[in-house]
Amino acid sequence: MKRWLVWLPLCAFGIIVAVIAWGLWQPADRTVRSALVGRPLPDFVLPAIAPGKPGLASADFRQGSPRLLNVFASWCVPCVAEAPQLLTLKAAGVPIDAIAIKDTPGDVAAFLRRNGDPYARVGADAHSRVQLALGSSGVPETFVVDGKGVIRAQHVGDIRAEDVPELLQALADAK
Amino acid sequence: MKALAVVTLLLAAPLAAQTALPRLAYTQLRDHDQERQARALMETLRCVVCQGQSIADSDADMAGEMRALVRQRIARGEAPEAVRSWLIARYGDYVSYAPPLRAATLPLWLAPLALLALGAWLARATFRRR
Repeated sequence: MKRWLVWLPLCAFGIIVAVIAWGLWQPADRTVRSALVGRPLPDFVLPAIAPGKPGLASADFRQGSPRLLNVFASWCVPCVAEAPQLLTLKAAGVPIDAIAIKDTPGDVAAFLRRNGDPYARVGADAHSRVQLALGSSGVPETFVVDGKGVIRAQHVGDIRAEDVPELLQALADAK
Repeated sequence: MKALAVVTLLLAAPLAAQTALPRLAYTQLRDHDQERQARALMETLRCVVCQGQSIADSDADMAGEMRALVRQRIARGEAPEAVRSWLIARYGDYVSYAPPLRAATLPLWLAPLALLALGAWLARATFRRR
């Protein structure tokens, strides 16, 4: 056998160590993003759950102007944290609709009373069916949907103050 | 009194639970063949909140909803691979533990064959020498 072949296993080992080290030093991004960004909203019709507000259907997003679709739940703590930002967006004239995941009318009403109510419509998704159809993996998540009902952007997690300009930009781009 | 309090608490626990999962999250399908198919599929689908677990292994609510979805669709007569494609269309390849054969996954599929070939070649060379 040729002499240099003796070093082959060590080289292979070195390469494996390098690959693993590279993987370990990369910051891990565990965000699960929807594969539906750039595609039309899946069809859905959800019943009403908030007092005095209609339910939500995918057809509501095909009315010519971009809207935000906020996936939230009254039992979700980060949803409380993002409530002020949603109110800011509403004050800026952004129409916001919502899907309440696994919720009850009483809890949703109390949540909106306590944290402010930025929503035009709220649909009830009792068994996360529409959430799964959207490729959403948790609450809160926010989708930017253009006037033709196509998902243009997705924000995973609570909207922080610094995320608001980004969302406004995405909404402007969706016009 | 204490015992009564404990009993009351135990009885109240399910009522106080935030969310009621659909029945099929924890109930097998009546049809054994369908349940077997559903089970096999569930073991190869990733729970999107727990990430390191399949939906068959996870007790997260989201995994329960995904199991119910799988069972309902299989019970409706959908093929397991159709259910998998439906989920991949929404969550990307990430949601499936069965990697598809694509340019990016080619090394994954070819590496074992390459290593086997290398092993065979090494073994052959070693046996020849003896």
